[in-house]
Amino acid sequence: MALLQLSRVTMRFGGLYAVNELDLSIDAGHLYGLIGPNGAGKTTVFNVITGVYTPTSGDIRFDGEAIAGERCGRITRRGIARTFQNIRLFGEMTVLDNVKVAFDCRQATTLGTAMLRTAAHRREEERVALESLELLKIFKLDHLAGEKAKNLPYGNQRRLEIARAMATAPRVLLLDEPAAGMNPQESIELMDLIRWIRDRFRMAILLVEHNMRVVMGICETVHVLDYGSTIAIGPPAQIQRDPKVIEAYLGGA
Amino acid sequence: MRGGLAAALVVAGLLLLNALFTGAVAPAFALPPYLLQVLCLAGINVTLAVSLNLINGFTGQFSIGHAGFMAIGAYSAAYFTVTFGEAVRAALGFLPAFARDGAVLLVALAIGAFLASIAGFIVGVPSLRLRGDYLAIVTLGFGEIIGVLILNIDAVGGARGYSGIPKLANFFWIYLFAALTILVVYRVVHSSFGRTLVAIREDEVAAEAMGVHTTRAKVISFVVSSALAGIAGGLFAHYLMYVNVRSFTFLKSFEIIIMIVIGGLGSISGSVLGAILYISLTEGLREFAQYRMVLFSLLLVILMIVRPQGILGHKEFVTFLTKRRRSIGAAPGTPGNA
Amino acid sequence: MTTFLQQLVNGLSLGSIYALIALGYTMVYGVLRLINFAHGDVYMVGAYVGYYVSRRLQGREPSIGSALLVMLVAMVVCGILGILIERLAYRPVRREARLTLLITAIGVSLFIENAAQLVFGPDPKFFPSLAPRADFHFAGMRLTSEQITVIAVSVLLMVLLRFFILKTRTGKAMRAVSFSLDAAKLMGISTDWIISVTFALGSALAAAAGVLIAMQIPKIDPLMGIPYGLKAFVAAVLGGIGSVPGAVLGGLLIGTSEVMVVGYLSSTYRDAIAFGILILVLILRPQGLLGRVQKEKV
Repeated sequence: MALLQLSRVTMRFGGLYAVNELDLSIDAGHLYGLIGPNGAGKTTVFNVITGVYTPTSGDIRFDGEAIAGERCGRITRRGIARTFQNIRLFGEMTVLDNVKVAFDCRQATTLGTAMLRTAAHRREEERVALESLELLKIFKLDHLAGEKAKNLPYGNQRRLEIARAMATAPRVLLLDEPAAGMNPQESIELMDLIRWIRDRFRMAILLVEHNMRVVMGICETVHVLDYGSTIAIGPPAQIQRDPKVIEAYLGGA
Repeated sequence: MRGGLAAALVVAGLLLLNALFTGAVAPAFALPPYLLQVLCLAGINVTLAVSLNLINGFTGQFSIGHAGFMAIGAYSAAYFTVTFGEAVRAALGFLPAFARDGAVLLVALAIGAFLASIAGFIVGVPSLRLRGDYLAIVTLGFGEIIGVLILNIDAVGGARGYSGIPKLANFFWIYLFAALTILVVYRVVHSSFGRTLVAIREDEVAAEAMGVHTTRAKVISFVVSSALAGIAGGLFAHYLMYVNVRSFTFLKSFEIIIMIVIGGLGSISGSVLGAILYISLTEGLREFAQYRMVLFSLLLVILMIVRPQGILGHKEFVTFLTKRRRSIGAAPGTPGNA
Repeated sequence: MTTFLQQLVNGLSLGSIYALIALGYTMVYGVLRLINFAHGDVYMVGAYVGYYVSRRLQGREPSIGSALLVMLVAMVVCGILGILIERLAYRPVRREARLTLLITAIGVSLFIENAAQLVFGPDPKFFPSLAPRADFHFAGMRLTSEQITVIAVSVLLMVLLRFFILKTRTGKAMRAVSFSLDAAKLMGISTDWIISVTFALGSALAAAAGVLIAMQIPKIDPLMGIPYGLKAFVAAVLGGIGSVPGAVLGGLLIGTSEVMVVGYLSSTYRDAIAFGILILVLILRPQGLLGRVQKEKV
């Protein structure tokens, strides 16, 4: 059984079907690409999976359990993390604290222990700090740990978003246009990094991306959406030749 | 055990100051009663400002009903002392007089804090659904409703106000609790929990997406903050020996907001500074009698236009000083951040 | 039943006042997303302007004409005051955080209240009678000429406002700005001008409300704007802030329920009812009765 399974998921806003009868299955250790023209419903798919929206109908199962309609935070704690298309970092907080916040969702500390500064709480804090720095190192952000997130250049902010999502220890990672705004060199480094994460942590990664070099370069399966419905699924080589995909992108003239 | 030592020092220092100011050591050191009263009210305002900053400055939720929680604390603590104070005092006959008074005050404040925190919970719950302006309106409404309800309880004097409260609070107690409030808020903010509060302020959607229990965190910050406001109310009642609902309208809430905004939202030392500045300005401008509030409100508007982040911004006082020096020392032409 | 109808009329009359003030709140919120706390004080200034103008007119026979003149002058003066408030205080902080804007509004409100105590004196003043008084009896109810004036003038002003918003170019631009300030700017609408117009209109309506209530009560004081401002604001939220018909509906509902509570329960709960309704609405239907849901885009 798939790790994450969407069955006939529909998300309707008034008369608009942003996502229509979508089936999607995601297995551990695989890299998926979700592509489609603007307004195809890609981000809505992310919002439905992560609980920002409750789907109008359909079933979403994570590890066999139904999660549709659960709160966003609950779904994250189950093991699905995401990044945002329009970067949403905690701007006034330091880079390190951005990651620590995400780590906290796995911690058992309560306000009581935090207030009393118990030994257990201090150890926990030290461990969180250490692991957060470790994670920042992977993303080459450790030297910026004390910097405010809002002061980071664009590419670093994108990477910090991924690092922050990783800190929640997800089994499924959803990346919303991770390469947006990056130059070719940065995109290539990002591709390597994403592949490395996948191999190292054996997690499933689903990414929405407009940069076809990134998508075709690293995804094993590409899922093409148009008007909220699937128009093609398959390996990149096959997708690139699919007439329906070409038509969706170039417009049926 | 450094903490224990520091606490003992603070208590001893406050006791000494209290003795000095009231003239118990030598009449020469005594402060004029007016000045002492201003000082004590400033201490209560510090407690109010720092506690409100937890909600408005650190959690980023906009509450303008803080005076309501203060009112609950004031009235319930006063009611306890007036009704059961004598009985408690009698039961504690084996203790010296000041310890008996202290015990009664502490129990009264605990009751005030508890009831205020329950009200904070009730107000906090709608904050699960509302954001920004809407939350502000609800807190304003709750504050006003609390006032109307108290007005209709005859046992606490209704519109006449509640008088005959024994004077149990003094400089020592007021500043002890101000220090305690600063400590509590400091520890909350500088804990992992505080991190999540600031994350909620920065971006609630992202915080939720990072697995933060945003609802729980917001309610807790409301509860802690209103409990502290309840204590401030209790001290207020036991210091002035009289309370009236009119002291706790939304104008009082505005006052507290102005204090934390002057000092800088999200800065504890800023709130302390703001509370002290507010009191000094309003009292200092007293000479100008009817002009003072005009001048004061004008200053507020100008401050918002010139320096909307408040005097200290998000920074604490110490970092404010050091960071400033560093930025002056930075060489010209240093690449700025885009 | 007669008492009920009588209360209903009283409520509608009070509600019209709330509605007139609420319109200003809702229009300003529409274009700036700002709770203009100073709006209630503009209403107070309106009453005072009316007071000074009518003192000038004293000696003449009370007539509908002089009443209209008083109201017009008050509306013009307050319209200008509204523009000034926006220009001097709100425009410099328009791009700052919402909280900054709100604090600025609180500051402006405190400023007007205290300045008014200086200029007008802190003691209440009695508003001279402007128009001939008469009571009308109808189906066992007593309608005062003031009540009839209040309702008639309010209806007239609301109809005019509706015409202005729906039919004129400026009104359409106003709707565009409240839909999206930035998009309206890109479409070549002079947003600064539209915001000024909005403040002028809202303030003029508040001034009219101020004169109307002053004629009825007839005591005015520098702090009279606070309770009316607050409740009118509640009315705007109840109706759905940003919605013009909502403000009218909210005003009428708040006015009526307030009068009913005083009539049937107790006058001490008079001020709680508005806020009680408000909290219920915000919890059950945060967008208000006629408001639209605004969901944050993720």
